[in-house]
Amino acid sequence: MSNCPECDAQVSITADARVGEIVTCPDCQTELEILGLDPAELALAPEVDEDWGE
Amino acid sequence: MSVGRDAPLAVLTSRVRIEEKRIFDALERRNIPYCHLDERDLSMALADEPVPWAALINRCMSNTRSPYVARLFEARGVMVCNSSQVIATCGDKLLTSLALVQAGLPTPRTAVALTPEAALEALDRFGYPAVLKPVSGSWGRLLAKVNDRDAAEAVLEHKQVLGSPMHSVIYMQEYIDKPGRDLRTIVLGKRVLCAMYRHAEHWITNTARGATTTACEITDELAELSLRVAHAVGGGALAIDFLERADGTLLVNEVNHTMEFHGMMAATKVDVADALVQYVLEVAEL
Repeated sequence: MSNCPECDAQVSITADARVGEIVTCPDCQTELEILGLDPAELALAPEVDEDWGE
Repeated sequence: MSVGRDAPLAVLTSRVRIEEKRIFDALERRNIPYCHLDERDLSMALADEPVPWAALINRCMSNTRSPYVARLFEARGVMVCNSSQVIATCGDKLLTSLALVQAGLPTPRTAVALTPEAALEALDRFGYPAVLKPVSGSWGRLLAKVNDRDAAEAVLEHKQVLGSPMHSVIYMQEYIDKPGRDLRTIVLGKRVLCAMYRHAEHWITNTARGATTTACEITDELAELSLRVAHAVGGGALAIDFLERADGTLLVNEVNHTMEFHGMMAATKVDVADALVQYVLEVAEL
């Protein structure tokens, strides 16, 4: 569990989460990047670039 | 077991999505030590002491940065999946189309122009409806179906205002009135691993745009066509998208070099991540 850096809501981190994974704040829907797992650390996720794709 | 920078296999990511998590899971199930590289942290001297990696799974999502990542690693003797040559071809719709046409593969009729005026003349010859696409782009972004000359003029004017020089390369295709779906195969080397339909009521059938997926039988025709397409663009680990004409004829639409596959895994139950890991280990002889 960690707090959303945008709205301070509590965001749960699942057991299989990875550093670098993107999660969504359940309250404000902001995309957050997991920076650390122990302790859990969240930051605003980087914006999707125009040239991103598969 | 990510073991830090000295592992023989590296995985470079922009984001850790479902695909990257499944790749990490597959590596860990196989007890393969690997190094997770975040592209934001990457720096590499062009001539320095040797890098520790023998192979790189390149999951860079940027169509601009990805070919440079591949070139940097290849220059240091690292086997990169996919190669910079494959990325260069598949990352550009015009280069992909040229490779496919030169190989005699079926594609939608395609034309290219370098000015709006020339594009309008080409479209007059080509006929409407037609589809305009950026030569570099993904996830269905900035695709435009133009039903007549008025719509084409508007879209071409907007492309000019967007400003990027790449928008002055105008890529036009005939509109294929497909049956509410397209078809994707995944090819790893000389193996057609799995296939699925992507269903959508909208004419754009990307899963990034909400299409749903179901498994598709790999017929002999589909397998042979997929392998020919893969060969034409340089091989590797590829997701190939096909359109169907009303009479069932398959046309190659595009080839993806950093494929997303969570929809394919859900539809087919094939462990694409594990097969991709196995493929890279085989090619890199790890």
